[in-house]
Amino acid sequence: MRITQGTFSYLPDLTDEEIENQLSYGIAQGWAPSIEFTDDPHPRNVYWEMWGMPMFDIVDAAAALHEVRRCREAFPNHYVRVSLYDPTLGRQTTALQFLVNRPDDEPGFSLDRLETADRRINYTLRPYAARKPHGSRYGG
Amino acid sequence: MAEPRPAEMPSLGTGMLQGHQNDDSFTDPSEILEDPRLEEVLGKLDRELVALRGVKNRIREIAALLVIDRLRRSFALEAGPPTLHMCFTGNPGTGKTTVALRMGEILHRLGYVRKGHLVSVTRDDLVGQYVGHTAPKTNEVLKRAMGGVLFIDEAYHIYRVDNERDYGQETVEMLLQVMENRREDIVVILAGYKGHMDRFFNDVPGLSSRIGHHIDFPDYSIEELMEIAHLMAEERNYVFTEDAEKAFEDYLRHRKSQPRFANGRSVRNALDRVRMRQALRVYEMSSKGRNLTKNDLVTIHADDVLKSRVFGGGAYDDEERSVTSR
Repeated sequence: MRITQGTFSYLPDLTDEEIENQLSYGIAQGWAPSIEFTDDPHPRNVYWEMWGMPMFDIVDAAAALHEVRRCREAFPNHYVRVSLYDPTLGRQTTALQFLVNRPDDEPGFSLDRLETADRRINYTLRPYAARKPHGSRYGG
Repeated sequence: MAEPRPAEMPSLGTGMLQGHQNDDSFTDPSEILEDPRLEEVLGKLDRELVALRGVKNRIREIAALLVIDRLRRSFALEAGPPTLHMCFTGNPGTGKTTVALRMGEILHRLGYVRKGHLVSVTRDDLVGQYVGHTAPKTNEVLKRAMGGVLFIDEAYHIYRVDNERDYGQETVEMLLQVMENRREDIVVILAGYKGHMDRFFNDVPGLSSRIGHHIDFPDYSIEELMEIAHLMAEERNYVFTEDAEKAFEDYLRHRKSQPRFANGRSVRNALDRVRMRQALRVYEMSSKGRNLTKNDLVTIHADDVLKSRVFGGGAYDDEERSVTSR
């Protein structure tokens, strides 16, 4: 099951050139790119690992793309995303975020139903990949 | 560099240049050769920098190469980006830093680098203080400089061969790698005094050959120094009287034979001293009740120059202090 998270996630995966264009656009807006990776695809997982520091002082997208490539090389079977942080006073939040790498095989989620009182059902999602311990998911 | 290549994008190509694919076909190069940006950049360089013939020639050659490469590309003749890493050597005050600062702009106008900003660093910005500190530090700097020019002043400081615990080695290795593999993303300019740089290149095999342009900045002659003085005075809105000019030339002759002469920088410092003496003279004139004209404010008299200690056979002039404080 293909995970859809962040902007452009319903489009085919971005090529490097497209990623660079997006980065160029963000940097031109004054946003700072940062790169994160994880092997826990749960949509509520907010604790992605940082790949280096956010790049506040770069001028050219080539530098950020270079880091994207290095991260991908190190974690070919992880999810890798780029976040562009808008530091302007009053906004100070992520302005654009998209996936730049995903594992080859994405097993998806199981849906757990928990019967509670009065025949009510609580639902929860559980990534199949997350059944294995951190670091050994996705054949990695 | 962003010019579309006809071979790949025939529909967006460079118009009339297409279709002439055989060897003798004639192309109209005027639209590329008479690029106004180019003449503007080179003209500005000629006007604002005195002498430095060798440097200007080299820049002209580089410019020509980049233009011709663009022409060649319109025939689908690929050549790959040339090596533009440079090394500037020369005595203090010969204009190394000034030229490097211009280089970013020049290469940007020529379409060689994408952004054209200049990141100026020294050893402190590249080399870390403990194990594992150097690589991220150097990496940050390289990332910051991508798309532009990385200028490393006093580059020979980076690596000290006599100290085996020096972390500079790591920086040098990263530099070498980037200079080789990412030529289209970054231009590295090293600068330093000639002797020191030669020793540095001996200590680091493979660095010298990765630098396409070794440019030596010669010392200025007295005439050239005078020309610099004129440019500087003009920038600061001052005018020499005829006598003052002669006096200043005399001053330079004296100063040049003394130790620690720093070419353009000495001229600038001398001029600053002269300005102070002129200011004092004008101030005293006005306190004696004379009305000042604009002329009084901009004119430098011979007296302002001749009061310098250089003429008294004294020490190296009061300028010594300002040299060391830089």
